[in-house]
Amino acid sequence: MTADIEIRNVSKHFGAMTVLDDLSLSIKAREFIVFLGPSGCGKSTLLRMIAGLETVDTGEIAINNERIDHLPPGKRGIAMVFQSYALYPHMSVRDNMAFGLENIGMPRDVIEARIKESARILEMEHLLERKPGQLSGGQRQRVAIGRAIVKEPKAFLFDEPLSNLDAALRTRTRIELAQLHQRLQSTMIFVTHDQVEAMTLADRIVVMNNRKIEQIGSPMEIYDRPATKFVAGFVGAPAMNFVEATLDRSSRNARARFADGISVQTEIASDQTIDGKYTFGIRSEDVRIVPAGQGNADGVIDVLERLGERTLVYARLGDGQQIVGSDVGNSRVAVGDKVGLAFDGRKSHLFGETGRAWHAREV
Amino acid sequence: MDDRRATPRTVLPAASVRAASVDIYAPQWRNFIFVAPFLFFFTTLLLVPLFWGMWLSFHKADTFSSGNFVGFGNYVRLFHDKVFLQSVWNTFYFVLLTVPTLALIGLFLALCLNRRTRTAAVLRTLFFSSSVLSVTIVTLIWRIVFIPNVGLLSTIYGWFGATAPAFISDPSLAMIGIAIATVWWCIGLPMMLFLSALQQIPQDIYEAAALDNANRWQTLRSITLPSIKRTFVLVVIVQIVLQFQLFGQAWLMTRGGPNNLTKPIVLYIYDTAFRRWDLGMGAAASEVLFILILMAAMVQYLVTRNKAGQA
Repeated sequence: MTADIEIRNVSKHFGAMTVLDDLSLSIKAREFIVFLGPSGCGKSTLLRMIAGLETVDTGEIAINNERIDHLPPGKRGIAMVFQSYALYPHMSVRDNMAFGLENIGMPRDVIEARIKESARILEMEHLLERKPGQLSGGQRQRVAIGRAIVKEPKAFLFDEPLSNLDAALRTRTRIELAQLHQRLQSTMIFVTHDQVEAMTLADRIVVMNNRKIEQIGSPMEIYDRPATKFVAGFVGAPAMNFVEATLDRSSRNARARFADGISVQTEIASDQTIDGKYTFGIRSEDVRIVPAGQGNADGVIDVLERLGERTLVYARLGDGQQIVGSDVGNSRVAVGDKVGLAFDGRKSHLFGETGRAWHAREV
Repeated sequence: MDDRRATPRTVLPAASVRAASVDIYAPQWRNFIFVAPFLFFFTTLLLVPLFWGMWLSFHKADTFSSGNFVGFGNYVRLFHDKVFLQSVWNTFYFVLLTVPTLALIGLFLALCLNRRTRTAAVLRTLFFSSSVLSVTIVTLIWRIVFIPNVGLLSTIYGWFGATAPAFISDPSLAMIGIAIATVWWCIGLPMMLFLSALQQIPQDIYEAAALDNANRWQTLRSITLPSIKRTFVLVVIVQIVLQFQLFGQAWLMTRGGPNNLTKPIVLYIYDTAFRRWDLGMGAAASEVLFILILMAAMVQYLVTRNKAGQA
């Protein structure tokens, strides 16, 4: 089973505080959607509103064109996996999975067959008789997912389900979730503040900030063509470099000029831009380390982070601004060296005072 | 300072090895002085009277002399005393009346008042407030309620032209009257214990249950009650131990009457030892009560130990 989910002009207030402000979003059947944003941006609230655990103040939510925002959680045909797993501590794994099905009066043999099937998918047949207290974090996570699968819901909702797992298990479970999505072909909505989870799992990412949706797009759209300065800064590690700049719009493509006379030729059409102050943005992998004097600017290395396949170079420009560049894994540079920084004009971005972004023409 | 810095570094590992070999959990006899005050009072006020009581129960004793050793004589007399047997029955009857009522009403109140509204907070305080009253006040209040002709109950029944049940003087109702007063007095503690247990249940399992289509009854039966099972057992056993010691209410409301029907064991002990001055027999009755309460406490210990073992 799978479903389209339509969220139309939804708002949510807690007392005087607005948590979500007139939000609209269409989710296609079989899509894996990730709500990504910092703490307090409203992403969990939106998920809980779809689940029916929070009321919708204004607007409507529909699943397969059928309005569901007035229905109780159990009647919406969705299943949710909680961050804390929310397993019933006094019930065995089997009973945890059966509970929801028993409550709707499903025949015993159907319940048993479903439990068996989902236990097989999740490789947890040997855990069925145990209580949650006897399981490890990763096993509890599986049970929580299993409890969702047995319901054969129209959509799965995941509320930061990986954040209580250790790093290795998190990576493994992430891959398993991706496989599960391919296998079940079900609509999945996943909330996280972890951009790696978002980038790796999502068909489309919904970046949220400050009660609103900042951008909806595929992971690479979000990464390469962030709609706002917030998205550019939030997605990607290390964060995108930002430098205050003025624009020289005399030629076809705009040239960004920094305060201390450094300039970068972008491939952003001058006629698309408007007057005003700008922030120039570029990701670390688009700033190459070259011998001093050969790049757009020179800087002195503050810190080096050797990641193995590449080296992140934190260099300080003459005016004190820090720029993160990228060099090969076995880079010979050392802290204190003076190096040149070569900005890739095709990959540079400009952000206006409102945060709106301009990018190079699409190739 | 400079000298210290000049100390060769090789000395440090040796010193730290020696330091690490000290077991910080090893017993330190001087720590004993911290528990000594408690042990002193525990011994003089609990252990000594306990064994003295046992010793007394084997002697024919009054306030002037500790008398002769009579073996199990006091116990034999005790179990031939119809009043004592009546008082044991009365006590069990009272425990049976109060403990399930306290547990169930306490649970019911806790379920109703486990919410974050101002009304619930006020009602919680109100229901708990009776617990802080002394037994004298409690019995006074309930005597005013129960007193024939002019009491609150009689007045209310009078409005409807009916006669109020005589909770203090009717032999079949007297113990029920005491039980009502006791439940009213003691309901605060079970309610608070249940409330704290309810508040320990994570909210998200209720949300999971809502997504699992559980209605209110299914949620109560499958989520709430199993989650507070241990507290329920605890409340029942604590109340058994407490209610076995009924004294004040019975003494102040009915003096054990009518016809010894509301005389509990503690009142029998008081009568025997301090009104009839038969200390030996009073001590023997005390030992019987002690064993009854000890059994209840042992059950509590076994139940909680098993639960801990399972978790």
